[in-house]
Amino acid sequence: MNAQELLRLADDELILGWRNSEWTGIAPFLEEDVAFSSIAQTEIGHARAWYELAAEELGTDADALALDRDPAEYESAPLVELRLVPDWARTIARHWLYETADAVRIEALKGSDDADVASLAEKIDREETYHRMHAQMWADRLRDEPRFEDAVDELWPYAAAMLPPTQRSTLADRVGKEVPSNKVLLSHERGQSGDGLRVLWEEMTMVRRSVPGAKW
Amino acid sequence: MIFEVFRQEREGQPFQHGGSLEAPDLAFAEAYAREFYGRRDESFALWIVPREAVDEVREPYVAEVFDRDYRRVDGYSLKVKLKEARERAGTAEAG
Repeated sequence: MNAQELLRLADDELILGWRNSEWTGIAPFLEEDVAFSSIAQTEIGHARAWYELAAEELGTDADALALDRDPAEYESAPLVELRLVPDWARTIARHWLYETADAVRIEALKGSDDADVASLAEKIDREETYHRMHAQMWADRLRDEPRFEDAVDELWPYAAAMLPPTQRSTLADRVGKEVPSNKVLLSHERGQSGDGLRVLWEEMTMVRRSVPGAKW
Repeated sequence: MIFEVFRQEREGQPFQHGGSLEAPDLAFAEAYAREFYGRRDESFALWIVPREAVDEVREPYVAEVFDRDYRRVDGYSLKVKLKEARERAGTAEAG
């Protein structure tokens, strides 16, 4: 698998992990705070594992890939870059759409010709099972809530555009939607990171940039 | 709703109280219980019980008024008795 594809996976997980971690301490109730923070942490753990594979190909290390690139070099999908605090309905809509999309992607990766990719996908999937249970339970609870339905409609084109074109109809079936038109998809594709990612990047890399080259 | 969570560390061992958590229903309680007590392989099984299903009994204990230590496993210390017997017999071990 080429490094750019690996970086897409890693960047999605890293940035979503960061966005989800913005709920730490302020989630709607304590139990959810712990659960959602833990999900954020495992996403960042998955990012590290993907970065390590990419780093082998690129001759660098995971930290450098995660934190030393310029914001414009990130391959993350716009879906994960959106800052959604303090809107819990939109956060759960993204969580559910992302986990459903990620499941489609991981299923394909488990069958990869690249043995390292296939075995890592297998490992990650075991933890993602918990994420999916959590996301589904919330989606079931909020299903008839207009704020949640509106949020799913708003974020659906982002979720569809996150996946490679060949996987989009599978995702559409699973979430009960139609694949958006090419015109709509184009405006939600990767590679159009806005200012939102730059603000997140400033915060995410602040400590690392404070002492360049330090061994932590 | 408050739920009480009991965990069984290994198959066949007794369940012990792990803690309590608040959740809107059993499905959420199960997810949080897995998160707090299950997903790092620290439990073999969990019991998740709504607190109102737990019948707590406090008052009706009868305090022991007679010395019936001998009925209890810990009421008869062989070590102490042995030491006393040895002293009486003058065969106490040095040191």
